[in-house]
Amino acid sequence: MSGVPDFVNTLLPFLPEWIRAVVFYGVVALILFISVILTMAFLTLAERRVIGSIQARIGPNRVGPGGLLQPFADVLKLMLKEIVVPTASNKFLFIIAPLLAVIPALAAWAVVPLWPGFAVADINAGLLYLLALSSAGVYGVILAGWATNSKYAFLGAMRAAAQMVAYEIAMGFALVGVVMAAGSLNLGEIIERQSGGYFSYFFWWMIPLFVVYFISGVAETNRAPFDVVEGESEIVAGFHVEYSGMAFAVFFVAEYVNMILISALTAIFFFGGWLSPFEGYPLPGFITAPGFHWLFLKLAFFLFCYLWFRATFPRYRYDQIMRLGWKVFIPVTLVWLAVLGVFFAYDIGPWSK
Amino acid sequence: MKTPASFFKTFFLTELIVGLYVTMRQFVARPNITVQYPEEKTPQSPRYRGLHAQRRYANGQERCIACKLCEAVCPALAITIESDVAADGTRRTTRYDIDLFKCIFCGFCEEACPVDAIVETRIHEYHMENPGENIMTKDKLLAIGDRYEAMIAADKAADAKYR
Repeated sequence: MSGVPDFVNTLLPFLPEWIRAVVFYGVVALILFISVILTMAFLTLAERRVIGSIQARIGPNRVGPGGLLQPFADVLKLMLKEIVVPTASNKFLFIIAPLLAVIPALAAWAVVPLWPGFAVADINAGLLYLLALSSAGVYGVILAGWATNSKYAFLGAMRAAAQMVAYEIAMGFALVGVVMAAGSLNLGEIIERQSGGYFSYFFWWMIPLFVVYFISGVAETNRAPFDVVEGESEIVAGFHVEYSGMAFAVFFVAEYVNMILISALTAIFFFGGWLSPFEGYPLPGFITAPGFHWLFLKLAFFLFCYLWFRATFPRYRYDQIMRLGWKVFIPVTLVWLAVLGVFFAYDIGPWSK
Repeated sequence: MKTPASFFKTFFLTELIVGLYVTMRQFVARPNITVQYPEEKTPQSPRYRGLHAQRRYANGQERCIACKLCEAVCPALAITIESDVAADGTRRTTRYDIDLFKCIFCGFCEEACPVDAIVETRIHEYHMENPGENIMTKDKLLAIGDRYEAMIAADKAADAKYR
């Protein structure tokens, strides 16, 4: 799979082979980067329109047709704003922290299988890579809080660290179930193990793990109702209280890209990624065929859930977040892993194939 | 000690699902109530109490007879009137000022007026740029009355049967 396609070899025959590979994967990564950023831009618009509608408002509809150009207006405004660096801050860390938040979020997309047989980097330990990168993302938040040298930002950073530790464990355990069922850490193989229509998805065997994974994902991305890290009613804006302009925007890019990533991963691990749920039914080809459109539909549903949760729930209190993570999610996942072990021993479920 | 029922409620997050149902119902089935202001406007009552105006009779004679009832009833002391005998022997105002900064738009002047001379119109989109423009002089009031006479007359007719 990881070979360079033939048209690249015919287009650039004068280059050494390794440079051809660098050029090809560079271009692919750039296209993926732009697509993710564009999706993220329109996700901010979708969020404002959806939450507006839930609150009986309209939301932004002035810039461009139906407000479609609003994200670009926002970006333009943020680019023209000054990036204020506090005098007492650690300037190097202050500037580098947003980058540390956004780079892991974008890099994680490398292993996400977008359609059958395609991921930018189809590596065997894809799931491990994802877990490592999603843990690394919190360094940006913690460093931002620390480098700002403000007590509010520091409190936000401490909360981010505690929340990340609590929910990363539950998230990892939930994925152990997926790995048990798939027998592989490669995301493409995890999807292929779920082929055979909507009833073959891992979701049916791992409903508790799915719930734990998705809620932990909401907590990991610091979205409502788990946004004590920002907690504007208590600690102003948490870790990004002193950030302005594009530095501030980059934190939001990281947050929204992480949202899309968690949605995509939930679709991949529990709902068969790019597989069609109507496999084998006598329906038109594009409905039964696996492809990017199915991944996108599943991903869009989970993104909508993010917005829906934000419009519905009040913020969890800090101690409630800790209780939910340590005393509910971790025991639930452990119990369900034991249940899966019983399934495994008696060849029930996805193992019987 | 938790009862099994309350454990079921907290563990399966039933209250949260009820909350999600409420927001989804609003999202899917209920209209947005926002009014796109400059293009759309909310309906106004004919009794709306906005900017003041002074009216004339159909023959062009001003209605105001300088009885000063409005000045007397005004709770904010926003109205200042001076009067004299006009050339045709009638009693007329020489000065009729309303200070819009003092005015509380209670509509008492309109109710007190025996000849329907001072009225409050439905105009509510106006602004001032310089000091002193907040004083509505007689000329300005009459100009507004002349310009919006059709609207004022229609509003008065609509409200007449309730008075």
